[in-house]
Amino acid sequence: MAEATDPVTQTALLTTADGRPLKTALAEAQAKARRRAFLLVVPLILFVIMTFLIPIGYMLKRSFEHDGFASSAPAMVAWFAANPDFDPTNPPEEAYAALVSDLARMQVEKTTGMAGTRINYSVPGTISLFKGGARAAKNLTPPFKEALLAVDAEWGRPALWRGMQSASHVYTAEFYLVASDRKLTDDGWARGGDKERIYLYLFFKTFLISGIITFLCLLLAFPVAHLLATLPMAKSSLLMIFVLLPFWTSLLVRTTSWIALLQEQGVANDLLVALGLITEEGRLTMMYNMTGTIVAMTHVLLPFMILPLYSVMKVIPPSYARAARSLGATSWTTFRRVYLPQTLPGIAAGSLLVFILAVGYYITPALVGGADGQLISNLISFHMSKSNWSLAAAIAAMLLASILLLYWLYDRLVGIDRLKFG
Amino acid sequence: MAAETRNDAFVAFERVQKSYDGVTLVVKDLNLSIGKGEFLTMLGPSGSGKTTCLMMLAGFETATNGEIRLDGQPINQVPPHKRGIGMVFQNYALFPHMTVGENLAFPLEVRGMGKSDRDDKVKRALDMVQMFSFINRRPAQLSGGQQQRIALARALVFDPKLVLMDEPLGALDKQLREHMQFEIKHLHERLGITVVYVTHDQGEALTMSDRVAVFNDGRIQQLATPSDLYERPENSFVAQFIGENNKLPGTIEELSGDKALVRLQTGELIDATPVNVKQKGAATLVSIRPERVEFKPEMMPPGAHMIDAEVLEIIYMGDILRAVLRVAGSDEFVMKMRNTLGQTKLVPGQKIKVGWHPQDARALDP
Amino acid sequence: MKKLLALSTALTVVGFAARAEVVVMSWGGAYGEAQTEAHVKPWSAASGIAATMVDSDNPAPAVKAMVEAGNVTVDVASLEYADAIRLCDEGMLEPIDVASLPAGADGTPAADDFLAGAVTECGVSTDIWSNVFAFDSSKITGTVPTTAADFFDLEKFPGKRGLKKGAKAVLEFALMADGVPAAEVYNVLNTPEGVDRAFAKLDTIKSDVVWWEAGAQAPQLLADGEVTMTTAYNGRIFAAAINEGKPFQIVWDGQVYENEMYAIPKGAPNKDAALEFIKYATSTEGLRAQAQHISYGPARKSALKEELIFKDGKTVMAPHLPTAPENMGNALETSSDFWVDHDAELNERFQAWLAQ
Repeated sequence: MAEATDPVTQTALLTTADGRPLKTALAEAQAKARRRAFLLVVPLILFVIMTFLIPIGYMLKRSFEHDGFASSAPAMVAWFAANPDFDPTNPPEEAYAALVSDLARMQVEKTTGMAGTRINYSVPGTISLFKGGARAAKNLTPPFKEALLAVDAEWGRPALWRGMQSASHVYTAEFYLVASDRKLTDDGWARGGDKERIYLYLFFKTFLISGIITFLCLLLAFPVAHLLATLPMAKSSLLMIFVLLPFWTSLLVRTTSWIALLQEQGVANDLLVALGLITEEGRLTMMYNMTGTIVAMTHVLLPFMILPLYSVMKVIPPSYARAARSLGATSWTTFRRVYLPQTLPGIAAGSLLVFILAVGYYITPALVGGADGQLISNLISFHMSKSNWSLAAAIAAMLLASILLLYWLYDRLVGIDRLKFG
Repeated sequence: MAAETRNDAFVAFERVQKSYDGVTLVVKDLNLSIGKGEFLTMLGPSGSGKTTCLMMLAGFETATNGEIRLDGQPINQVPPHKRGIGMVFQNYALFPHMTVGENLAFPLEVRGMGKSDRDDKVKRALDMVQMFSFINRRPAQLSGGQQQRIALARALVFDPKLVLMDEPLGALDKQLREHMQFEIKHLHERLGITVVYVTHDQGEALTMSDRVAVFNDGRIQQLATPSDLYERPENSFVAQFIGENNKLPGTIEELSGDKALVRLQTGELIDATPVNVKQKGAATLVSIRPERVEFKPEMMPPGAHMIDAEVLEIIYMGDILRAVLRVAGSDEFVMKMRNTLGQTKLVPGQKIKVGWHPQDARALDP
Repeated sequence: MKKLLALSTALTVVGFAARAEVVVMSWGGAYGEAQTEAHVKPWSAASGIAATMVDSDNPAPAVKAMVEAGNVTVDVASLEYADAIRLCDEGMLEPIDVASLPAGADGTPAADDFLAGAVTECGVSTDIWSNVFAFDSSKITGTVPTTAADFFDLEKFPGKRGLKKGAKAVLEFALMADGVPAAEVYNVLNTPEGVDRAFAKLDTIKSDVVWWEAGAQAPQLLADGEVTMTTAYNGRIFAAAINEGKPFQIVWDGQVYENEMYAIPKGAPNKDAALEFIKYATSTEGLRAQAQHISYGPARKSALKEELIFKDGKTVMAPHLPTAPENMGNALETSSDFWVDHDAELNERFQAWLAQ
C-alpha cells in the first residue's frame, strides 16, 4: 500500500516499451514540440527586441548618460575627482589650470561644441563661452585664473563650476532634475522661478487632458459599442465600417478637417451664425485651444475605446439582462448591477489604451492646441529637434514610469488578466 | 388533473398573435389556460413559436394582438420586472461577476429586503438544492449541473407564483439531464408552484409534465396529458413528433362510430380507430406504435385482420428487439419485441403475419 | 545582436554605395521643390551622377540620428543656420573649406563674394530667408500696417494675430516692435530684463494670438480669415500671393532673416560628390537658379548683379527678397551664437508663458 500511495517511486519505475525511463521519453518528446514552438516565435522575439527593447533601453540609457564634457576634458575630470568638495564660489588656481589645458585641447580636438553643449544643458549661455575660451586658451599664461576671467568674467560663475563638476561624471541625474523644473543656480540645484516652471505643470495637464479625453471617449463609445454588439449583422457591419473609417484616413487629414470645421471662420461657426444662435462678433473659439485639442483627440482615439468595448459586449448574452429583469430589477438597476460590471474589462482596456495613447500624442495638439493645448509630448518633440536628446529621453522616461505606475495600479485594482483588448 | 375544465385559469393566453416583421405570424391565435400549481410543458420543434410564447409571458416580447392574463390581471402592459415571474434560462444566465450568494440575493435586494431576511432566504433556497456550501463560489467555478441548480434556486428564492423554464437542461449530458428532471419535478411538487416549461425534447416533456402543449407552425397542435398525447395523438403531426410511429397510407373503406376499416394502397384491409377522418372514401394515414404490433395470432382479438409481412432486419437493442419489416409496400415498418427468455426468434427473410388492436391503429389526417 | 546590427547596417551602406547616388535632404514643399529644380536636377544632368531629393520635417534631427547610429544615408542636408553651427560644433558635419568654393561669375573669390556669415566651418548658404509679417490687403483697407509696432497695435488694427509658436524670431520681433533698434536686440535679449520686456510686449496681444507651427499654416490662417495679420516665412507668403493670386502683402519692417545652409553629414557615403554638388548649388548660377523658384535671397553679391525674374517669366524678384535694400531698413539677422546658447532656456520660458 505504501508504494501505491507514493507516485514518485511509482513513476520512476515506469519504462517505455523499449526500456527507456518513461520520464526521459516524455521529456524528449515534449522538448521537440517545445523547440518547434519556440522557433515559430523566434522572429517575433527578435523583432520585439530590435524594435522595442533596444530602442527603449537606449533611450533610458540616454536619459542619464552623457559624456560630452567628461570625454573631452580629462584634466577637469581628474581634478574634480580629486577635489569633490571644492568651493565653487572660488575655485583654486589648479582648477583654472586644468580648465585652460582642457580648453586648449578642445580647440585642437574640435570638441568645444560637444563640451559646451553638455554644460549648456544646465547652465544656459555656455556654448559661446566655451568657444571663446577655447580660442583664447593656447595664448593664456599663468596665473590662469586671472587670465581666463579676463577673457570672460562668466568663467567665475559658481553655477558654471557646479555644472562642470556634475558633467564630469558620465552618468548623471541632471536631466531628470531639469525635467522636474529644477534649475542649476550659483547655490546648487533649486526650484525654477515662477516664469520658468513648465514640465511638472505640463505633466499634470497632460494627464488631466488625457483623463478628460478618456472619459469623453468612454461616454461616446459606450452606446455605439452597445449598438454594434446588439444590432443585426448587416447593420452592425455597416456601423463598424463607420467606426473604422477614421483608421483608414490619415491622422493629418482628420486633424486638418477638424480645423476647417471648428475654426472661427469654420463650418460650425458659420452654421451657428446663419442660424442666428451667435452673432458675427460672438464667434466661438473652438480651435487652437484646449477645447480643440480635446475634440480632435477624442475623435482620433474613439475607435480605440469602441473596439475593446465592442468585443466585450458582443459576448455578453442578452439573457443576463433578461434574467435580471425577470428577477425584478428595473432597466437602470439591470444596467448598473449586471451589464456595466460585465463590461468592466472592456472599459478598463479601452480606457487604458486611450489614456496611454493620449498621453503620448503630439501631432494633434501641435496642430490644433494653440497656446494652452500643448502637452508634454510636444516638449519631448521640441528637445528631440533641438538635439537635447538626453532631456527628451528623461521626460519620456518619466512619462513611461508614470504609465507603468498606472499599469501597476490597474493590476492591483482590477487585475491585468481581466483586460480585454478585442 | 382535469385542467381543461378549469375556468379559474392562473395563466391565460387569449387569442394571442405575434409577428416580428408584420408579414408572417410566428404565433397564430393562441388560446391556452394554465391552472395554479400545474406543470405545463410547451413542446415543439425549433421555430414552432413555443419560446416566443414563453417570452411574451415573461414580458420580453410584446403580443401583437390578444391578451395575456396572470392571476386574472391582464399583464400585456406590465414590464418584466413587475410581473414577479421566476425564470430559468438555457445557459443559466448566472451573473458571472457575482458569487452564488450574491446571485441569489439579487432579486431580494432589488425588492428592498433587509440583509438578515435576505441571508435567511438565500440559505433556505440553497439548502433546497443542496448547494449551500457553494455560496461563496463564482459561477465559473461550478459544473454545469451545479450552475443549473443555482439558477433554479435563484428563480425560486423570491417566491414567485409562476416559474418559467426555457430549455433549462439543454446543455447537460444525458445522465445529468435525467437526474435533474426528477429534481425539478420533485421541487415542483414540494413547493406547489406553477411551472411553464419549454423544451424540444419529448422524453423530457412526457416525464415531467402534468400537461403538454405540442406546438407546430405557431399553433398548439394538441394539449393533453403525457399518456393521452402518446397513446391518443389527435393528428399526424403529433403522432410523428411524439415517440416512434409506423405510418400506413390508405383510404376509409367503412366508417361506423369508433370503428373504421381502411384499405391500404397495396389493397390490404386493416382495422383502425377513426380520429380526425370524417367520411368514407377519405384519404387517411394510419399510425401504429411499434410496441403495439403483434405477430402471434394468439395475442390478437378474435376477428382482427392480420396482414403479410417479411422480416428485413433484426436489430438487437438489449431490452428489446427491433424488427424492420416490409408491410404493405413499406420497407420501414418497425415492430418492437420484448427481449424475454421465450421470445420467438425471427430471422431476416422470414414471412410472417402482423396485426394490432383496432384502438392502437389511429386513422389520422393524411 | 551587435553583429546582426552591424551586418544590416553594412548591407544598407553597401546598397547605397553601389547606387553611388547623391541624396539631398531638405524641407519638402515649395522649398524642396525649388532646390530640386534649381540644384538637384541640373547638377545631375551636368555631372552625370544620379541625385535625388528626400523630404523631411526638419533635416537636423535626422542628420544627428544618422550620424549617431553610424548609418548615414544622406550626402547633403539643408539645415537651419543655428543647427548647422550646432551640429558642426558637435562634430557631426564635414568641414567645408571656403577656398574650395568657386569664385563668383564676375571673378570675385568666394570668400569675398559671399555675404558676411554665409559660409561657416561646415556649411554654405543656399539662400537667405526671413521671418516677416503679412496681412490680407482685401481685408485691411485704408490705413495699412507698415511697422512692426503696428502688428502689436490692436486698437489701430483690430483682429487676431498669427504668430509662430516658438521663441526664436518671435522675441526679437517683439523687441523691435517695442522700439529696440535691430543692432541692440541681442544685447537686450541677453539680459533677464530684456527677456521680460519681450514677453511683456507679447502679453499685449497674447489673448488675440492664433499660434502656428508648420510654415504652411500661416498663409492658410490668413486665407481662412482666422487672423488679420500673421508672421510667416516670406517665401510662403510670396508663393500664396504670386502662385495663387492671394491679396497678401508683406511688411518688411522688423524682419528677422537668416541663412539656410547646405552641409555634409559626417560619414556621408558620397562625400566628394556631395561637395561637388554644393559647389555647383552655391555658385552664382546655382543661387540665382534657386531664387527664380522661391523668394529667398541669394547669399552672393555676384548673384544679385543682374535682375532676377521669377519662373513665371514676369515677376521681378528683387523687391520680394529679404536682402533687397528697401526691405533691409529695419532688419535683424538671427544670431546663431545667441540661439545656440539660449534656445532651450528661452523655449522653456516661452512654453511656460504660453501655459500661464
